[in-house]
Amino acid sequence: MSIACGAAHDYQEANSRNTMPFNPKPLDTKPLNLMSLIDLANPTKFLALTARVLPWLAAVTAILLAIGLYQSAMAPDDYQQGATVKIMFIHVPNAWLSMFVWGVMCAAALGTLVWRHPLADVAQKAAAPIGAAFTFLALVTGALWGRPMWGTYWEWDARLTSVLILFLMYLGLMALWRAVEDPSRAARAAAVLTLVGAINLPIIKFSVDWWNTLHQPASVFRVGGSTLDRAFLIPLLVMAVAFTLLFLTLHLAAMRNEILRRRVRSLQMLQANHRAA
Amino acid sequence: MTALGALIRRDIAIALRVGGGALIGVLFFLSVVVLMPFAVGPDLKLLARLGPAILWLGALLASLLTLDRLFMADHEDGSLDLVVMSRTPLELACAAKALAHWIAAGLPLIVATPVLGLLLNLDARSTSAVALTLLAGTPALTFTGMIGAALAVTLHRGGLLLAVLVLPLSIPVLIFGVAASEAAITETQTFGAPFLILCALSLTSLVVGPFAAAASLRQGLD
Repeated sequence: MSIACGAAHDYQEANSRNTMPFNPKPLDTKPLNLMSLIDLANPTKFLALTARVLPWLAAVTAILLAIGLYQSAMAPDDYQQGATVKIMFIHVPNAWLSMFVWGVMCAAALGTLVWRHPLADVAQKAAAPIGAAFTFLALVTGALWGRPMWGTYWEWDARLTSVLILFLMYLGLMALWRAVEDPSRAARAAAVLTLVGAINLPIIKFSVDWWNTLHQPASVFRVGGSTLDRAFLIPLLVMAVAFTLLFLTLHLAAMRNEILRRRVRSLQMLQANHRAA
Repeated sequence: MTALGALIRRDIAIALRVGGGALIGVLFFLSVVVLMPFAVGPDLKLLARLGPAILWLGALLASLLTLDRLFMADHEDGSLDLVVMSRTPLELACAAKALAHWIAAGLPLIVATPVLGLLLNLDARSTSAVALTLLAGTPALTFTGMIGAALAVTLHRGGLLLAVLVLPLSIPVLIFGVAASEAAITETQTFGAPFLILCALSLTSLVVGPFAAAASLRQGLD
């Protein structure tokens, strides 16, 4: 993956394979804002897109987070839980996102294994620590919520256990990324592990239906519609969208960092080779 | 079929030889089960209560530690490259290796279970329940462990990483294995439900494991 000197080469190579389902047109000279997925395979174009999009994305994220937090603060107290219910507005989006990020990594893993899309590697690697952070926050905010509500920080309940397993899988994935030296080989190994670990997602989602232990059953995404009152549902959804945009912002920034990191690595290797010669 | 049969026979023969690792697994199982009473105290009632869990944990750790033998030795002397390049589909070759590994390293664990049940004050009924659930669950441990072994095959110091990758995938097997054993012993819940799920986990891993392991081997060895 000679990203340092092979940006154009990557683009031509990716184009000539002609197996991409999304853009059958040849090298296009359209302006930047009509890019398709195959154009983004060129890291330089991706970096240019990121540089333009990221400030706006960060601004929208900040605004939505502010609106969401304000709405959460203004939401009424629960008749049973009092003001503690407001932890939900942070806990639930974190939990949703921890699973969503694994889904994004699965899509990137398919991009690596099936289509060999060059940026799929970068997308996978960049998403793993962010997903791990969301999972950790979901566990911690849940524990803080559980102490006043259930009387305990932790319980070996089905959903808590499966989310903890998800967290361990994130950490294992991050360890695998750092264990293999060559990034593209690490990407394929990580892709296999990501797809194998995807079995955990339906287990987490349905764990509260299959085992009725401690964590409450589904209240939003369930057959028959949500059981949450609108006063709580609206701030929750706003926070969920805000967190998703936060993930998108962080993910794009992390992908940009990863591309630059690989360029630095290639340059260092070129320099070492040059010195040795 | 004869190629796969030869592969199975070869793997079993190597595993049963000195340094092959089959009986070392049983020795480790014995060590873990012996360690537990030192940790929890010699109270026989408590040990009998914890018995299925201790046996299952010992079997899980023993199969985990013999897993890197699955591919590492072959990778070091080059025969893994021959297997990958041969005409036999790599998925079937992986399944054959895992089957041989289970016969050579998993079955001895199950045979050793009644003896170790004596150390933990388990009666014959409990021990046979645990042995039955181990019989249904150790194929799942071997076949999902094979995925981790294939991922870690090219890493020189991959031993601990292998354990970290495989353990989250083995947790459901452990949960249902112990649940089935407890159900058979105390009869507070049905035996059929967790046991059938355990069998389902084994059957699923029989299919998913070879495919994932073959994909990992291909990317690791090219």
